[in-house]
Amino acid sequence: MNFELTEEQQMIRDTVRDFAEREIKPLAQELDEKAEFSYDITAKMGELGLFGMYLPEKYGGQDLDTLSYIIAVEELARIDSSQAATLAAHNSLGIGPIYYYGNEEQKMKYLPQLCTGKALWGFGLTEANAGSDSRGTKTTAKQEGDEWVIDGSKIFITNGSADINIGSAVQVVSGEENGRKIFSTILVDKGTPGFKTVSMHGKMMWRASDTAELYFDDCRVPKDNLLGKIGEGSHIMLSTLDNGRLSIAAMGLGLAQGAFELARDYGNERKQFGKAVNKFQVNAFKLADMALKIELARNLLYKACWLKDEGKAFGKESAMAKLYCSEIAKEVADEAVQIHGGYGLMKDYDIERHYRDQRLLQIGEGTSEIQRLVIARYVNS
Amino acid sequence: MKILVCISNVPDTTTKIRFTDNNTAFDAAGVQWIINPWDELALTRALELKEASDTSIETITVINVGPQSTEPTIRKALAIGADDAVRVDAQAPDAYAVAANLAGYIKENPYDIIFCGIDSSDYNGSLVGGMLAEFLELPSVSSVSKLDIEGDTVKMNREIDGGSEVLTTPTPFVAIVQKGIALEPRIPSMRGIMMARKKPLNVVPPAVDEALTEFISYELPPSKAACKMVDAENVKELVDLLHNEAKVI
Repeated sequence: MNFELTEEQQMIRDTVRDFAEREIKPLAQELDEKAEFSYDITAKMGELGLFGMYLPEKYGGQDLDTLSYIIAVEELARIDSSQAATLAAHNSLGIGPIYYYGNEEQKMKYLPQLCTGKALWGFGLTEANAGSDSRGTKTTAKQEGDEWVIDGSKIFITNGSADINIGSAVQVVSGEENGRKIFSTILVDKGTPGFKTVSMHGKMMWRASDTAELYFDDCRVPKDNLLGKIGEGSHIMLSTLDNGRLSIAAMGLGLAQGAFELARDYGNERKQFGKAVNKFQVNAFKLADMALKIELARNLLYKACWLKDEGKAFGKESAMAKLYCSEIAKEVADEAVQIHGGYGLMKDYDIERHYRDQRLLQIGEGTSEIQRLVIARYVNS
Repeated sequence: MKILVCISNVPDTTTKIRFTDNNTAFDAAGVQWIINPWDELALTRALELKEASDTSIETITVINVGPQSTEPTIRKALAIGADDAVRVDAQAPDAYAVAANLAGYIKENPYDIIFCGIDSSDYNGSLVGGMLAEFLELPSVSSVSKLDIEGDTVKMNREIDGGSEVLTTPTPFVAIVQKGIALEPRIPSMRGIMMARKKPLNVVPPAVDEALTEFISYELPPSKAACKMVDAENVKELVDLLHNEAKVI
């Protein structure tokens, strides 16, 4: 067993940390307050090479391993979940399905530009009435001649309506076999007639990330826009979510690390009854528990990444990592607010934003309950 | 034209400094190491000069005097954009040992511009640049805050008391740079990090292995006294405290 990061992985951590501290931290609070997507930060993340990190160079990627990518997400989330969300969603949900399931022509058409940070791609799965139960999907695609005709709508699609979004992969019902729906995934370019994107506002968390509703009304795309094979949609969706769970786990881990550091630093400055509040055992023990949870979360997540990089099955571990990292993010952020006392409730303090941002993590890309369902299937079959 | 940037491996500037062995040694446990900030700015300026279309810089080499443990810092310089690197395999016990080892290598492998940061953020000796130039019998310009290459000459600004001096020098020479030489250091890209692994890092034996100074002991500066708040209305108390407690008036 070797728990040591490689020299490159360590340098990637230092680099992304430096970037987040320098380029994101000064703006995070204001972007959150205004619920403003930052094209500038997204472009800079592209210049740094954070989009498509795990792709081969010929598609515009950096040929890095899963753990390097996860460390990058973790380091962004340590400072600001909104930017981490833009990166994680684009890499796992936008780029991932095209890279893993696209044919060579589709890969060459989309991936190089999606790796630059100048173009984003969405993954349309969730619908108003199909969340955890993705088989309830109602959006349909019918073949007519050389075209797919898509009708329906999608909701909560990260990066789906930003100005630089150039399209989405859409999960559709493409037919029926023995009374069971057949799912397929279709690539839809922005600007296709009958395809409309609408930004969603009023979020509690990830306020500086882009979230969209997608509407399809007699939207016609060429037959060749099918991703993978007809009927492969469920498989694409499930494997995309296995990968996506690692990203959400990384966001939980990074957020917990950031919240822990805020609590540690604040509590060592804040004096009550004549001494720093973190010197009181009641708070020192809180910090010990927070650090313990973070350590466990990191080991679990990195192991899941290691399994993936080794080409081994990682579905169970990725569900476990997603569940654990997102739940400890909640616990750590909660205690961190407690150590901040009244100030932790104020927007001037970063912990207030972390506290809100963590709440998505137990819901997005499979709720905590769904993760337990997935894990139970692995361990109880 | 070939540029050499001398880089020092120093503790991160936010490190909490501790000593061991009865205050005779710096406690390196858990310390994160970085490129000395002035050296990093020097490297940044060198890269800017190389990228400018009207200069003819062929290569930027970084050099460090240190044991193998400094290699991550050297790799970072390569990730930022240096073409190759040299590590003189020696401890760096004092400024003399560093300067003499740098000079040993440079005498055999000459460069046109040799950049040094004005000091390193660990010991702040401000000695290496000047010593190095003397060993090499080259001119040196210190406190350089701006540097441009114009044909065969190098034009610089250096800070002097109450103003700034503009001067030129032919190459080769040693430029000892300070604040202003570049705006802010670069963040390496993922591609840069991957390429750094493939760039040459030559390890060479030391020219000297002695130091001329010895550290006897270290002590931390006295911790800052707590701030005392005086009510804005209560000028009398303030004056009283300044007279009798702080004894400054």
